[in-house]
Amino acid sequence: MGALLQVEHLTMRFGGLVAVDDVSFAAADREITAVIGPNGAGKTTLFNCLTGFYKPTVGRLALRRPEGEFFLERMEGFRIAREAKVARTFQNIRLFPHMTTLENLMVAQHNPLMRASGMSLLGLFAWPGYRRAERAAVERARYWLAKVDLLAQADDEAGALPYGAQRRLEIARAMCTEPCLLCLDEPAAGLNPRESAELNDLLRLIRDEHRIAILLIEHDMSVVMQISDRVVVLDYGRKIADGSPAQVRNDAAVIRAYLGEDEDAALPEEVARDLQAGH
Amino acid sequence: MASIAEAAPKPPNALAGALKEAALAAGVAGALALPLIGFHLVDVTGGVSVESRLSWVVYAMLAVFAGRFLLAITRRPAAASGHRDARRSASGKRNARLVGLVILAAVLVLPFLPFSNRYVLDTAITVLIYVMLGWGLNVVVGLAGLLDLGYVAFYAVGAYSYALLALYLQFGFWECLPLAGILAATFGVLLGFPVLRLRGDYLAIVTLGFGEMIRIVLLNWQDFTRGPNGIDSIPRPSFFGLPFREEPPEGGTSFHQFFGLEYAPEHRIVFLFYLILALALVTNWATLRLRRLPIGRAWEALREDEIACRSLGINPTNTKLSAFAIGAMFGGFAGAFFATRQGFISPESFTFMESAVILAIVVLGGMGSQLGVVVAAAFFIVLPELAREFAQFRMLLFGLAMVLIMLWRPQGLISGREPSIRLGRPADG
Repeated sequence: MGALLQVEHLTMRFGGLVAVDDVSFAAADREITAVIGPNGAGKTTLFNCLTGFYKPTVGRLALRRPEGEFFLERMEGFRIAREAKVARTFQNIRLFPHMTTLENLMVAQHNPLMRASGMSLLGLFAWPGYRRAERAAVERARYWLAKVDLLAQADDEAGALPYGAQRRLEIARAMCTEPCLLCLDEPAAGLNPRESAELNDLLRLIRDEHRIAILLIEHDMSVVMQISDRVVVLDYGRKIADGSPAQVRNDAAVIRAYLGEDEDAALPEEVARDLQAGH
Repeated sequence: MASIAEAAPKPPNALAGALKEAALAAGVAGALALPLIGFHLVDVTGGVSVESRLSWVVYAMLAVFAGRFLLAITRRPAAASGHRDARRSASGKRNARLVGLVILAAVLVLPFLPFSNRYVLDTAITVLIYVMLGWGLNVVVGLAGLLDLGYVAFYAVGAYSYALLALYLQFGFWECLPLAGILAATFGVLLGFPVLRLRGDYLAIVTLGFGEMIRIVLLNWQDFTRGPNGIDSIPRPSFFGLPFREEPPEGGTSFHQFFGLEYAPEHRIVFLFYLILALALVTNWATLRLRRLPIGRAWEALREDEIACRSLGINPTNTKLSAFAIGAMFGGFAGAFFATRQGFISPESFTFMESAVILAIVVLGGMGSQLGVVVAAAFFIVLPELAREFAQFRMLLFGLAMVLIMLWRPQGLISGREPSIRLGRPADG
């Protein structure tokens, strides 16, 4: 399995602040790659560069698929999702709160449905081809609703769902775009331990059954250490470690970044326990 | 108010309950109206005498019955919105459709009702123009969430395209109608391009400026548009080639001759009435249909969260432009109709006040609600007409009514969103 995503010398400056500083790593196809690091390490900035919300100052983001090679740093945000097939979720959930759960998943299938509706002209007159496409879209939505356990809430307003359900819905929505790379920004934030465990199962299903690569930003080490195939550690915008979960756990630079140079750094026990949680 | 509605036991059949409530209210209204307006004094030689006018009492009772019925039927689903479930929402939809059909039936027979005359029909035509404009603007404001304060510009573009095409190229109404829509849509896209990055207040100010620009260009380009003098003798519409004239043009047949009718000037008014009704219904059908298509869902999604839309591969530029273009197109159709109905247009008809009224109709009716627009348009046009006798207090009454509505229903007269699709039942009609 070759590298799906190749990040090379990525640098992002905001004025004098260097948020991401010469980071290079690769994410393999059909693997879960976790990006971890303390707050402010540049993880979300990295995601925003990948999904076209920022234009990187320096660097190349190459996505290699059988269909061809895409240089994400040159593409407009919506094209990255539409053509390169990179989907993402957000740290602070961004659903369409006044639309229903099902409608959220239908919006995610906008581009194929738009084509099927003949830029709305055929759809306006209920063209059979469009109706078929719409039924197929509803079936895909139903499949993902079942996977994230939201079938019963299909016609409820998305904004009224409980927090954990909104997180799951956002993942389902990203999957409805049929991505080849799924970028999840802290999917386990605010979830209780049982919900975290269910999330692990969902991410494994996406990787193993749908054969989709996942790039994951996460603070919850029980998620990271259990399901990641590879872990990239950032600190102050630089990459300080890159390897399997076991390697990273025992890496001196990582322990220093999390625990601080000082033996008496704040919260060492809690973080140490988190780091060991994968055992 | 809400708590009382919640506490009251819900009748198994909301429709029967509403009918009962309305009948009760009509009875009370009748009892009150009989002594108050059922009799009046008339001057007769040598004194006064009392005459009854029972028809007024009947009108009052009918008005109260209809109002109470509408109120009962529309308030029930709204009161339950705290704990909505699919069944209740579906019955709300059925009720809304029922009310819509009742209104449509009433409008269809309006020209043949005994009290209908030229004045009533003229007012109804004006209401329908605003309903159509409201439905068109609803695409931009209600669905796509783009606050447009210059919608009247597209109305003006439509009206002037017909007037100018007829003036310089002798085009007829039916040739001009699609052209007016296309031209207005083009202007919508032209306006859309520079304002794509703007949202909310900033967008409102730029669209306001655009509306004024169009008016000022029309006012000052005297050679072409005849400036403040306006364009007169715009051709009247024909009944698919049959003109509404007493004396037919040479070698032609006029409408009344063709159908063997006595000539009556009302024929044209009735035709105009059905024409605008048809145009408005087409607007309604198209916008309802578009809402259930991917483009309509994308408009609503864009209103909710533009960043999430981009992350799902939706092109925000095209989506916004399509909303502007389609909204503008319906404005253009309405403008062409306005020109042919008036026979005379000048830039005076397309001031900011018009934009404000159209926007107020959409907001007051409840953003995104088709029925709300109808109710609000009727309110906005009919109320000032009714208050004619109060001359100088007219605007005051109007303002008071608006304040009361905003206090009573800050979300607009009819609020509450109907999902564009439900699981297990794909939208198909």
